[in-house]
Amino acid sequence: MNASFLRRTLLGAGAPVAAVVFAVALSSLALLVSGSSPFAAYGDMIENASRLETFVDILNEATPLYISGIAAAIGFRMNLFNIGVEGQYLLAAFFAAAAGGYFSGLPPVLHVGLILIVAMFVGAAWSGLAGALKVTRGINEVISTIMLNFIAVGGIIAWLIREWADDTGATNSGTTPIDASGQMPSLNGVVEIFTREISKGRQLTSVLLIAIAVGIAYHLFINRTRIGFDFRASGYNPLAARAGGVPPKRMVMYAMLISGACAGLVGMAEVLSERYKYDQSFIQGLGFNGIAVALLGRNNPAGIAIGALLFGFLNQSSGILQITKSATPEIVEIMKGIIVLSAVIAYEAVRRIKERDEAQSAAEATQQIEPSVHEEVVA
Amino acid sequence: MTDTMTPTAPPLADGPGGKPTLLSRYSSLPAWARWAAAAAIGVFVLSAVQTFGGDDTTVLTDAGTSGAMLRFSVPILLAALGGLFAERAGVINIGLEGMMILGTWFGAWGTVNFGSPTAGVICGFIGGALGGLLHAIATVSFGVDHIISGVAINILAPGLMRFMSDQMTIKTNERLASDLAPAFPFKWEGGSITQSPRAGGLPKINVPYLAGGNGTSNLLGSVDDKEWFFVSDLAGVLEGFFTQLSVFTVIAFALVPISAFILWRTALGLRIRISGERPEAGESLGVNIYFHKYVGVVLSGGMAGLAGAFIAMELSNVYREGQTTGRGFIGLAALIFGNWRPVGLMLGSLLFGYPFVLALRDGTGLGTHSLLLVIAIALLATLAWSIKRQNKADTIIAGTLAVAILTWWALTDVAPDWLPNAMPYVTVLLVLLFMSQRLRAPAAAGQTYRKGG
Repeated sequence: MNASFLRRTLLGAGAPVAAVVFAVALSSLALLVSGSSPFAAYGDMIENASRLETFVDILNEATPLYISGIAAAIGFRMNLFNIGVEGQYLLAAFFAAAAGGYFSGLPPVLHVGLILIVAMFVGAAWSGLAGALKVTRGINEVISTIMLNFIAVGGIIAWLIREWADDTGATNSGTTPIDASGQMPSLNGVVEIFTREISKGRQLTSVLLIAIAVGIAYHLFINRTRIGFDFRASGYNPLAARAGGVPPKRMVMYAMLISGACAGLVGMAEVLSERYKYDQSFIQGLGFNGIAVALLGRNNPAGIAIGALLFGFLNQSSGILQITKSATPEIVEIMKGIIVLSAVIAYEAVRRIKERDEAQSAAEATQQIEPSVHEEVVA
Repeated sequence: MTDTMTPTAPPLADGPGGKPTLLSRYSSLPAWARWAAAAAIGVFVLSAVQTFGGDDTTVLTDAGTSGAMLRFSVPILLAALGGLFAERAGVINIGLEGMMILGTWFGAWGTVNFGSPTAGVICGFIGGALGGLLHAIATVSFGVDHIISGVAINILAPGLMRFMSDQMTIKTNERLASDLAPAFPFKWEGGSITQSPRAGGLPKINVPYLAGGNGTSNLLGSVDDKEWFFVSDLAGVLEGFFTQLSVFTVIAFALVPISAFILWRTALGLRIRISGERPEAGESLGVNIYFHKYVGVVLSGGMAGLAGAFIAMELSNVYREGQTTGRGFIGLAALIFGNWRPVGLMLGSLLFGYPFVLALRDGTGLGTHSLLLVIAIALLATLAWSIKRQNKADTIIAGTLAVAILTWWALTDVAPDWLPNAMPYVTVLLVLLFMSQRLRAPAAAGQTYRKGG
């Protein structure tokens, strides 16, 4: 019993580790072919990451990625592919930044709360649209969310960013900057209790706390609530869930709305603690990276956190490689892709091994219970 | 092109002894004739709107637009054909977009490196096919969820191509600096991490007699110049099709009947299709399901690679990062529109390629403004159709949208400048709004198949 438990745990942990090892091996090969030393490159990457300032950078990068990963995972849990986190978070960040800049002189908590609520509402509305299209018109959510991404960025934001621009003459015009009352403080003071002073003007975003809250809420929701159970049930077996009284269409709507509301929070680190407005150079691509992180973390809140930190580390490494020139920074892009693809393959391979193990132990168990039957047959 | 709601609708039953109406005659026509009629109606509507709609523009049906429509529909068409091969083999290919990205890079690289567009086309196909192979390994051999694997490929592809561009740039610079002869002559001079050097496409031709190639008469052009209502517009549209026609475009459209032939008239095609409909039944008859799924998905990747190569070589003459702009997914939408059939998806590609052209050619916003009226008319036709079929939901949605868009058209003089860019994606959603419920995908598409299971 103990041995099989050990085997199962090792298999479970083995898949992501194997994926990372495989990705490192392939990237090393790519580095060797391109004529640079993998050891020098990895040495630089690890040395860089061990600095306190880089650690702050990694946490800042991982924060929105984590929220984005959770947003994608909510859909994935019930086999709903919300590929539109990208458009949802950009649209939400745009409206939230616009609303935050519009009001001034509000009490801080109210101001920040207002921005968060607008963001969640817009995110939920935009993904809810895709949900409604799926439920009422049978349009596949992968296609509709991708189309809505382009409509959000190329249509709505491109249109309104000029209408609502703070300074139309500026080259990088955006929404009106948010007042101090709508800005979240940095967490540097808290971290510095345990460490030395964080230098080089690094600010640890307090949206990190929101990300942690989102992770805990996700965990409780999926594992401790009735509707979370229904989610998982319709993900495992929609027909059985339906027979058990779970309305599939309503589940799809709930999943899309919750996923979208979560996606709305992705841009908040940028809006509330870095840029304080939405402009042309607002960070893009967090939605697709979040999907990668969710796949890496197998929709598990802790797993997604590890995935987000890994991606944050890789993104930061690209910066240091640019400086030390021990390898091309683009190697990081390949590593991300290979890790994700090999991780999903490794998970599936492990699942099949486990399935076989279970079938085997079930067969052994039945043989132990009814040996006489078999003997009679043999006799 | 725009009146798209009628063609794939199920034939109406008139009841026994009922007089043959126009509609029932239409639905008894063979598929290609129905599609052709629908296309003619589309041109008629466009031309009527252009003539009587009050906007001073000819951009909707002039020869330049139809020629560009043909070119802009090619990537969508090839992606849709890619989707066709994969889904007929039972594998959903969301990774078309990523395979297209591989195609854009390899197409440009092949053209630059070997100095020949033909090599570019072949390299684009191979690049996409490698992506397809990866998808097949993950989904068929390892049983990874098709959408997850596709998403992973979409994440991998841009990073990989960025790395490769970087490698090309370094190699070239080092070679220039050291003046050494490299082991393999990479050529990427003038390129960068995000962009290749110039990579032109296959030769272009004017079709003789129809569009005046080789010094022959230009029949369609002369009819176009007469300015007859509808007839001249139709001739203009056709003239655009046959003028400055790239050989690559011809190949792409030739792949439609070729794919149809392979899938429905050969043993290989039958085996691919059974892999996507009833794999267990196929296996019991001795068909190697895994092998045929691999064939379908690798061909699918190759088609997507061609689509990418076309974007790089024919539409932009250069590889640039982020060039595919979701057209892999629009290809999937065209596949759904065409009910998983070659001729249907071709019409879908023309339809979805059209707004891309207007985004490029309609500088004044007048053409897009007229297009609003065209869409409203299409919605009104859908409205009439859903009232006849007594479909309440369709009636309400089509009616509401038609009134809203008609009002918008009436209250404005030009379309806002962001609308042309969003139009392709809006069109896809509008069309799917009324299409996707009536259609049938291959029965086993998206399911993981295990041998002996």
